[in-house]
Amino acid sequence: MIRVDQLRKEFGHGAQRAVVLDGLDLSIEAREISAVVGPSGAGKSTLAQCVSLLERPTSGSVIVNGDVLSELSERELRVARRRIGTIFQSDGLFSRRTAAANIGLPLEYLGVTPAESRRRVAELLDRVGLADKAGHYPHQLSGGQRQRVGIARALALRPSVILSDEATSGLDPEATGAIVELLKELRDDLELSILFITHEMDTVLQIADSVARLDQGRIVESGHVLDLLADPTSSLGRALQPRRAHQPAPADATVWAVTYGSEPVPADWVGLLAARLDTTVSLLGASIETLRGTTTGHATIAVSTRRHDLVEVEFHVLGLDARRAGSEALLELETGVVA
Amino acid sequence: MSVLAADITAGLPSDTGFNVPIAQIPALLLPALGDTLIMVGIVMTIVVLVGVPLGSLIHNLAPGGLFENRAAHSVLSWVISIGRSLPFLILMAAIVPFTRFITGTNIGIPAAVVPMSIAGIAFFTRIVENSLRSVPIALTRVARSSGASSLQIIRTAQLSEAVPSIIGGLTINTIAMIEYSAIAGTIGAGGIGYVAVTYGYDRFDNGVMLATIVVLVALVATVQLVGDRLVRATTAHAAASVRRRPRGPSTPLTRRPSTATEPTTRSATS
Repeated sequence: MIRVDQLRKEFGHGAQRAVVLDGLDLSIEAREISAVVGPSGAGKSTLAQCVSLLERPTSGSVIVNGDVLSELSERELRVARRRIGTIFQSDGLFSRRTAAANIGLPLEYLGVTPAESRRRVAELLDRVGLADKAGHYPHQLSGGQRQRVGIARALALRPSVILSDEATSGLDPEATGAIVELLKELRDDLELSILFITHEMDTVLQIADSVARLDQGRIVESGHVLDLLADPTSSLGRALQPRRAHQPAPADATVWAVTYGSEPVPADWVGLLAARLDTTVSLLGASIETLRGTTTGHATIAVSTRRHDLVEVEFHVLGLDARRAGSEALLELETGVVA
Repeated sequence: MSVLAADITAGLPSDTGFNVPIAQIPALLLPALGDTLIMVGIVMTIVVLVGVPLGSLIHNLAPGGLFENRAAHSVLSWVISIGRSLPFLILMAAIVPFTRFITGTNIGIPAAVVPMSIAGIAFFTRIVENSLRSVPIALTRVARSSGASSLQIIRTAQLSEAVPSIIGGLTINTIAMIEYSAIAGTIGAGGIGYVAVTYGYDRFDNGVMLATIVVLVALVATVQLVGDRLVRATTAHAAASVRRRPRGPSTPLTRRPSTATEPTTRSATS
């Protein structure tokens, strides 16, 4: 597992001092994938540099399996870095080395014998599904294949923590999906803790167990992905599953914004609602998906009755959180003002 | 060398433009060519041995480098710039006392090697620095996070990636040194330049002059050709297509990206 404690990083001195990370706390258990999202300039890459021990934090600590790694000497740091495998954005391969030689780099640095290195590299190539690409140069591989090589290289020294720094950025959706599946599989098989830094909300939904939003050097919101999605007041939850424009409501109907809660919702809830209220229910827009066995999402519906209290009771019974359009709370939700 | 040249020209008429009979020009030029090759060979060996480490050092002293140090970088950069800014003829004359201190003489090949090496090192250091600058900085980060030492980083993530570019620069540098060796001919360093100056220039021997030009052009063209070949051979893009083709039925370049096709076997490893 990896823990980041009150991590603070400043650059420059005096009047030009800039605080890039301002007291960050993160904790990732073994077999957990935790995502950090945020706009560019939020401090994501500085966080990555601190976690991979390339930059020393100004204060605070990085703790891997109980060992405080951020307080080591330069020489000890070099050894400590080997406990964290880093996957870089796709340009991190050495152009004049084959896939196999790229994966063997950390072993070469460590001084592993060529025979043992060859065996380990073959193992890793097989692990990421590139056994037939050992002799290929990076420019002969697709973006997704290059990233598999990067993953194999990050695993070469058997780290317990993997840092993925925008690893799927710049890949097409298909390749991203394949990389996400590979990382999840590795997480389960090798009991890894994975810190997944990205700006792609879509990918977070696919891969992460928990997520934190970084903004101006602070974590402004964090939690389990499913909890955030079920919470209609969470702006991070809304950012992960954005509400898109819906079709206009019929005249005289009331528009409701519905969010799937943490309790299971019957699949035929629209029909059930119409039957129980004995009125018309129109589906105006919806986005629903199943993540790790739980159905999450939201819908916008129009109900042709003015008995709002009755409607609210029915929603509650169905396990849905609902807010009436035009109410203050919903306006805030739609404009994203809620903190 | 000069003794031999004196013998050949001793009994020849000096009133025409063609002092040395054409048949004897090869006997005059071949030893001179040998001298030039020895001179340039020695100089380039010294230049590479000193220029590569020096170029790596100055690259990594710069902001963002491995041993970032503004003061040391400025000093080193200034010294190199001074070496680069003097025309070779002036540099050669200016450091005569230093040359005599090192070699004990101020004429001949040893005396030419000193200023040529100094000018060559300054030149090549900048070429190495420039080549390293074009290597993506991300690779240094990759190497560091993979547990590399500073020397390992410089060797694998910087120099190795810059090899084609450095060889290209080395070609330019070698040709410049051939040119400098001709200038050094004026202080009696021997070589093609010496022949060109003493016969072509001092005695208006157009035949010898023409022959030296042909030899120099051929020499430079050969160096350029070899350099270009080496750059191609060391570039992954160019070399791989030649090396890898016989292995598989289809070339990887024509294969469509196959990331979506899920890998077949995955044994539980690691």
